[in-house]
Amino acid sequence: MWSKRKEDEYPPRPGGNPPVTRIQSDPVPSSRDANSSAPPSQRIPDVDIPHGVPALVGKSVSIKGQILSREDITMDGEFEGTIEAFEHRLTVGANGRVKASLKAREVIVLGQVFGNIEATDRVEIRRDAKLVGDVRTSRISIEDGAFFKGGIDIVRPEMLRPERRTAPADVPPSAPAPPIVDLAPAEAPAKAPSVPLNAAGAEAN
Amino acid sequence: MTRPAAPATAGQERTSKGLEQFFAAIDGQENLSIIDFGGASQANISFITDLGHRLYADDVLRSVDQTFGTGEGARERQSDPDAIAQYLSQNLTFHEASVGGALVWDTLQFLAPPLLEAIMQRLYTVMRPGAHLFAIFSAREKATTASSYAYRITGSRTFTLSLRSERPVGQIFNNRSIEKLFQGWGSIKFFLTRDNFQEVLVRR
Repeated sequence: MWSKRKEDEYPPRPGGNPPVTRIQSDPVPSSRDANSSAPPSQRIPDVDIPHGVPALVGKSVSIKGQILSREDITMDGEFEGTIEAFEHRLTVGANGRVKASLKAREVIVLGQVFGNIEATDRVEIRRDAKLVGDVRTSRISIEDGAFFKGGIDIVRPEMLRPERRTAPADVPPSAPAPPIVDLAPAEAPAKAPSVPLNAAGAEAN
Repeated sequence: MTRPAAPATAGQERTSKGLEQFFAAIDGQENLSIIDFGGASQANISFITDLGHRLYADDVLRSVDQTFGTGEGARERQSDPDAIAQYLSQNLTFHEASVGGALVWDTLQFLAPPLLEAIMQRLYTVMRPGAHLFAIFSAREKATTASSYAYRITGSRTFTLSLRSERPVGQIFNNRSIEKLFQGWGSIKFFLTRDNFQEVLVRR
């Protein structure tokens, strides 16, 4: 019913339109496609996030799955899975409780993280934060009072970029990371796309 | 009973012959995995990683307290084989012969003998042949408690001390008991300092 255009998965940034962050575990059709075919009374208002304001997952939100973000993102709720925000900042807020593998340009931890972190630029572990897992980055700062348990690998930024990432030679294996649950399927099973909800919470036709 | 850690004061820097020889022993090597038993600190992370090594940080005394508890009964729990096995299943879980150096600081003297023996066996297994271990013991014989410190490396032969807490010792250590502790290891060197510390550098 809704044909998903490839460019709608990660829409390019046109001149004036802000990026839209998609939080997905299965591919979903563009909301614009769904909207355009829905009756006017059931169209969902656009919820594009203004440019410059990081995406926020609030403290009462709990998510399991995979987050792929093309903008700065703050995780202040519960999350289990993987978060990738290449070229952007990922912040685990003071209320954040994350059991995940994190990859971003910068990672700032104020809450709790159980999982490995890979940051091309830097990792900050703030006072009162708790991080259990291995860190691979070009810079790291840890404040007094922070709890960290794990290995730290300082590597050159170019070694961390996705297209050039290779395992360094002769590095002894690290302590095994805490178990990570990744619920994102390797291949999306063939099934009907998710039905968007209208403002009343009912399925839109 | 372990009192809450004293507030960190301005660290008193001291010169350490043992630390100097530890870093001399790894000089010229790259990409070693170094364990720091004192937990993560910016100073130690920066120093070790600037040398081109990988640092694994674990506040062992804190994790021991969390696993075995503190206060009354803690010593008995540190003697429970099941509790020890559980602790080792979640801590110091390195691949065999993968660790290139260990900074255990003053941790070992606060562990009850059964737990200490188990950790020593684990360290022996995970450390590479030829790797070095640096440890500090209180030189006050017959003392039933000792001060636990946070150690921050400031140079290849210097570190600062910040008082954490006063803790009961696992056993009284003298030269003979320290030698016995590292029986089966390679060489052992003692460095007695002016401020009642006994520094020990051991080669696996």
